[in-house]
Amino acid sequence: MLNTGDILETIKMIQEENLDIRTITMGISLLDCIDGDANRACGKVYEKMMRKAENLVKTGEEIEKQYGIPIINKRISVTPIAMVSAASGDPVKYAKTLQKVAEGTGVNYIGGYSALVHKGFSAGDKELIESIPEALAETANVCSSVNIGSTKAGINMDAVALMGNIIRQASEKTKDDHCFGAAKIVVFCNAPEDNPFMAGAFHGVGEYDCEINVGVSGPGVVRAALAKHPDANISEIADVIKKTAFKITRMGQLVGTEASKRLGVPFGIVDLSLAPTPAVGDSVAHILEEIGLESCGAHGTTACLAMLNDAVKKGGVMASSHVGGLSGAFIPVSEDAGMIDAVNRGSLSLEKLEAMTAVCSVGLDMIVIPGDTPADTISAIIADEAAIGMVNSKTTAVRVIPAIGMKEGETLEFGGLFGSGPVMPVSKFSSSKFISRGGRIPAPLQSLKN
Amino acid sequence: MRAVVAVIGKDTVGILAKVSGICAEHKANVMDVTQTIMQDLFAMTMLIEISGLTIDYIDFADKLVKAGNEMGLQIHVMHEDIFNSMHKI
Repeated sequence: MLNTGDILETIKMIQEENLDIRTITMGISLLDCIDGDANRACGKVYEKMMRKAENLVKTGEEIEKQYGIPIINKRISVTPIAMVSAASGDPVKYAKTLQKVAEGTGVNYIGGYSALVHKGFSAGDKELIESIPEALAETANVCSSVNIGSTKAGINMDAVALMGNIIRQASEKTKDDHCFGAAKIVVFCNAPEDNPFMAGAFHGVGEYDCEINVGVSGPGVVRAALAKHPDANISEIADVIKKTAFKITRMGQLVGTEASKRLGVPFGIVDLSLAPTPAVGDSVAHILEEIGLESCGAHGTTACLAMLNDAVKKGGVMASSHVGGLSGAFIPVSEDAGMIDAVNRGSLSLEKLEAMTAVCSVGLDMIVIPGDTPADTISAIIADEAAIGMVNSKTTAVRVIPAIGMKEGETLEFGGLFGSGPVMPVSKFSSSKFISRGGRIPAPLQSLKN
Repeated sequence: MRAVVAVIGKDTVGILAKVSGICAEHKANVMDVTQTIMQDLFAMTMLIEISGLTIDYIDFADKLVKAGNEMGLQIHVMHEDIFNSMHKI
């Protein structure tokens, strides 16, 4: 017989500590849909995606019922559209097709309106990138990402310069809709090809034709577990986090294998991330504060986050047969009640967040910046963040939202899982000359590391 | 296939009878029951065999949850694999 304590613990995790499966994401390759005629290609894209993902939402709901675990999102990621649309041009048509698929299947987001340009632009890349603001303004459920750097290729500074502009335009085009366009673009360095989380999900070319990737969550569970050990030292705290991450990830592994079995597609990976939501008690900042910081952003935050991130991976790796994606702690601002409070009380700045991204799983995420921030300053933020990823051989990303018409001290409301973001100040000094130089930052040395 | 029925709430007369009654009605065999009272809170876990269910598993689970609501209790019906995978290596 199962242990009653274990049963009640699981129920408490789900009921009170917001334990959930954050997303089941089906990755679908669109390489076999490429056609010189955009209409014909979009027809093939629609047909393939509808066929593969027809039962995705229904299956997710059935698994939710069977195991009693909430599965918050059902999503799709696709081959970077720049590769698919290169032959025909007219990438916006593909975005509209993805939107139609989102409506037809009932998934809440489709990721992959993307281009991989870490060394240079190939056919179709520039056209797609330039179309991102229009594509995101004309669709509701399509997400975009661009990989502008990697440890092996260096940083494509021409793409960095371009993306500053694209983010501004995406925000301006959606200024009547909370500048939401910019919240659907992620600029990556070392983008993972099997990430199930939005807005950065896309389906890499080395993946299966179709696969299931699962993203777990659970900051509330980790915080609650730590609260039971108020006097433990940091070694013991790391062990508590590992044990908790193990349990959370096992649940993700179970759901992932079950979904892949029911849908008849291979199981890809579990992304063992601590993904916060604006809900009370579901915050990564609160975990850091539980460890012993008065407010997230205080000195010691980077050290706590490094330990947390590492312990989550150590616990999770053993619990899953395949780990991938972003895996680690997410530190978005607008989606985390504790981070929002920390910004409002003046303890958390953009500079501190940048330092934190050197040791966490992603990067500067869901950060609202003043509406008059120049495009080249946004590009420079991207360059800094990409440099951290490039040198440390890790994924970093930037998702900043210039709040058009707003300035420091105001708050941009998104609602739902996206929360609300206080406008955070950026440096007033210009980076314009640096960004206008273009070119490439050469790939860094992988030895002589100091 | 086995599922766990967990019942949590204020202790009243007839909880076990009601839950096992629904199980019997739909041919779910009760394999094990443990119950404890923690302070004023009643917590019962029941392991049931559901291979021979006469109705769909999801309808059966909904019926138990609804019966729980009527008695002011929280009832969770979850496949046993979730507990095995989370708490056993």
